[in-house]
Amino acid sequence: MTLLFNLMAQSVQMLLVLALAPLLIGYVRKLKARLLRRKGPPIIQPWLDLIRLLRKEVVLAENASWLYRAAPYLIFAMIWVSAALVPTFATGLTFSWSADLIAIIALLGSARFFLALAGMDIGTSFGGIGSSREAMFGSLAEPAMMMIVFTVSFVAGTTQLSEIAAYMAGNLELRASVGMALVALLIVAIAENGRIPVDNPATHLELTMVHEAMVLEYSGRYLALIELASALKLLLYLSLIACVFFPVGLASHDAGAEAMMIGLCAYVLKLAIGGGALALFETSTAKMRIFRVPDFLGAGLMLGLLATLLVFVTRSL
Amino acid sequence: MELLTIDIAHVLAGALLLTSFMLLYQDRLSGLINIYTLHAVILSLSVAWQAYYQDAPHLYLTAAIAAIFKALIIPFSLRHIIKRLRIHRTVEVVGGVGITMLIGIFLVALSLVVMLPATASADPLSREDIAFALAIVLLGLLMMVTRRNAVSQIIGFMSLENGLVLAAAGANGMPLVVEISVAFSILIAFIVIGIFLFRIRERFDNVDLSELDRVRGGRS
Amino acid sequence: MSSDLFMVSNALVGIPAVAAIAVALEPAYRRSAIINLCASGATFLFALVLFVVEPERGGYLFVDDLNIVFIVLSTFIGFTTSVYSASYIDHEIETGRLTTRNVRFYHAMYQSLMCAMNLALLASNIGLMWVAVEVATLTTVLMVGMYRTPHALEAAWKYFILGSVGIALALFGTILIYMAAEPVLGQGYDAMVWTTLMSQAPQFNPRMLNVAFVFLMLGYGTKVGLAPMHAWLPDAHAEGPTPISAVLSGLLLNVALYAVLRFKMLLTANAAAITPGPLMITLGLASLIMAAFMLYRRGDIKRLFAYSSIEHMGIIAFAFGMGGPLANFAGLLHMTMHSLTKSAIFFSVGHIAQVKGTQRIADIRGLTQSQPALGWSLVAGVVAIIGLPPLGIFMSEFLVVSSTFARQPLLAIPLVFGLLLAFGALLLRLTGMAFGEPSRDQGEVKASMWPVYAHLSLVLLAGIYLPSHVVTWFQNVARLLG
Repeated sequence: MTLLFNLMAQSVQMLLVLALAPLLIGYVRKLKARLLRRKGPPIIQPWLDLIRLLRKEVVLAENASWLYRAAPYLIFAMIWVSAALVPTFATGLTFSWSADLIAIIALLGSARFFLALAGMDIGTSFGGIGSSREAMFGSLAEPAMMMIVFTVSFVAGTTQLSEIAAYMAGNLELRASVGMALVALLIVAIAENGRIPVDNPATHLELTMVHEAMVLEYSGRYLALIELASALKLLLYLSLIACVFFPVGLASHDAGAEAMMIGLCAYVLKLAIGGGALALFETSTAKMRIFRVPDFLGAGLMLGLLATLLVFVTRSL
Repeated sequence: MELLTIDIAHVLAGALLLTSFMLLYQDRLSGLINIYTLHAVILSLSVAWQAYYQDAPHLYLTAAIAAIFKALIIPFSLRHIIKRLRIHRTVEVVGGVGITMLIGIFLVALSLVVMLPATASADPLSREDIAFALAIVLLGLLMMVTRRNAVSQIIGFMSLENGLVLAAAGANGMPLVVEISVAFSILIAFIVIGIFLFRIRERFDNVDLSELDRVRGGRS
Repeated sequence: MSSDLFMVSNALVGIPAVAAIAVALEPAYRRSAIINLCASGATFLFALVLFVVEPERGGYLFVDDLNIVFIVLSTFIGFTTSVYSASYIDHEIETGRLTTRNVRFYHAMYQSLMCAMNLALLASNIGLMWVAVEVATLTTVLMVGMYRTPHALEAAWKYFILGSVGIALALFGTILIYMAAEPVLGQGYDAMVWTTLMSQAPQFNPRMLNVAFVFLMLGYGTKVGLAPMHAWLPDAHAEGPTPISAVLSGLLLNVALYAVLRFKMLLTANAAAITPGPLMITLGLASLIMAAFMLYRRGDIKRLFAYSSIEHMGIIAFAFGMGGPLANFAGLLHMTMHSLTKSAIFFSVGHIAQVKGTQRIADIRGLTQSQPALGWSLVAGVVAIIGLPPLGIFMSEFLVVSSTFARQPLLAIPLVFGLLLAFGALLLRLTGMAFGEPSRDQGEVKASMWPVYAHLSLVLLAGIYLPSHVVTWFQNVARLLG
């Protein structure tokens, strides 16, 4: 019975992230539109787009290889799995043993790898530019992410995400290192999701686009999968920030359905706040020049390093 | 409650350190002044918190000096100066942001390695503060070394002084003499610097110290 | 008795402070020069009184055997410099390089500097001493930048930046000393007072003292002008008014050195802390050799002697770093002799530069013919500073070298090497300037030569015959230094 319940909770989480991800995108777009005094599309618009794309016919470039066709499935699978592993409303679910932070980074890194390959596959110049830029960002963002992971796991004594979240919820301690890790994670998250100071998700201006350049040639269900994957990635980072740094309301796996419902509400609330902050930040910032991005990410990396160093300065010295 | 008190002091000191890094990262003068204001505000909060923790009322005075003098008057007059001198908005950084920040990280590591074992017997709170303070002092030095513009050198120097005030506040029950004198000397230092800026203005068109390098070039 | 002392040490700080205000209010520059002179003279007389009254402890000021040496030396040179400064300033006013407003400011700053230096030497606690050294730095910065030429401004800026950094490091060291003392002496004022610090030093946390000393050594060492933190010193000497060069070399460097020595004593008192000697020896030797090489490439006369100051501060730091009664004695003697000689040299150099209208060594030739008094005093000064017998510096250098040979023969090699190198360089420059076909004079100057003669005859006297009570006094101090 417990097993069944646990399995059910796990599958709820998997479906929940899938369902919420496009809604989060829609919510951010809506908020941004409202902040600019426009009406904006309805929140479920991304879902409608996806469904429309799924119905459409696929147009492939002549010289596209099997890799080009396989990449969207791989990317989607990897990101979905990692997004589903991050604790959202409860810790210690059935598959949480595999929710290792380093594993999640590896999954995201592989997804990035395949996306970059796919961008180069058909040999257009935009795809190449996008891939090279993505690789450049990745070479800074991933070490920064590793530093954040080191910091957090030094503090909690484990790399197991679920246990980290439980530790953070159980031991309230203000630490400069954790604060810096949070700032670094915000920087990485903005860069990884191609949000505004780094990349603009809403434009196809050839000089500046990164993510959009790589997926320019995709269409139909392939595009739908990639769009869904990138929505999931945003959700993943928000849930990661929420569960590690703000583990309020997170239910334990044996706490029963009621606590989980509370956890779910808390989770949705956190997403709403996070998305709101993102929209506010994006409307108030200008996009930086592409050559400034390494500095920006470099600052994230430095902060991560600093955070790792400062782990050794604690009150229990 | 005790632990929370220490935590807050710790986070404030950490925030001060972070702000020092922001100073290193920022390359526009107006942005630099804004961040310095933040630096001073955090310093004042930090000192006030130490005053509360140590139950030392005179530290509130130091905090007030930091808040009024460093967070209000100095940024205001610096803005006035850069407006009057019409100095261009960007300042170049010798060696690039990345390398500077990497050296900065190295300095932080150095100060932790030096201070933490040396202060093993001290109160944990003053221990943390002194380690952070040394890091802030060294970062201020780094900023003075890497910047060519007189105004950003001054800001580097003042962030260094802030680190010293943090150290002085962190040392349990250090007599008032020192804190007031620190604040006072900053005032004097600032007047001196201000005079210098205007004198330099008499001679050159801007406060870029590379102008002074040019002068130096003509001499053995 | 104690009230006597209280009055004396207060007067040493108070007279310059009052005089600073008085000259600031006095518009006539001749009268303010006289006030300046009288105030310095009075301060010197009060310093002499310290010999008579018994040193006593307590309050914010204190006097012991160590700082009497520094105080007497510093007030004496302060006094003679004020005499010299009067004639120097007269000339600067006539040639229009300075306005009367400048001079008013200059005199006020001069007295503030004297006040700050005496306060630093007399301060009974490490915080007050730090404040005084900082004030002394700021006043000299203002005086160095006084000519307002681009060079002067650059020198002052450099001095200000490096000096402030040094001062900041020193404050950090001071805070660390307090933190080391606080667990033993309790919170508050006691943990910053020299006397209590010294008596309880063995119980302090040695690791904290070590770190603190490194900061203090680097911080105050910057003010001493030790390599590699010396970059401000030649510029500040070369671009400021010459009386200030004399005061910088003769006094301010000593004040910073005094601070280093005090902290060295504190560390020596704690058996578990590092011995401060090797650090001082390293910095001293580095300064000596660096400066000796730099002497060869100088084209500016004031810069030349500024590097010579770095060299001698290196020797003094080396001697105190060696430690022990003999080396400390030699260090103290060398410090005294160097202050007297170097300020005498700067007195002559200032007038020479006024007469010739330039500081370029290449343009100064044949001084002994065209300006016999100035030329021969320069020769005498340089002969003294390079350490030829029978003058005082020969004595002190001989003592430094022989005590080094006796204890660390290997260290004597670089020491002697550096001394010979500097000897050669200064002699080379001197022959060019003093002898040969004279270059054209640009103007006349009413030089007041007696400060030069006074200093040089004291140096000569010390070389020929050192009175026995001076010897026992210095020996006492040397023992105190450990």
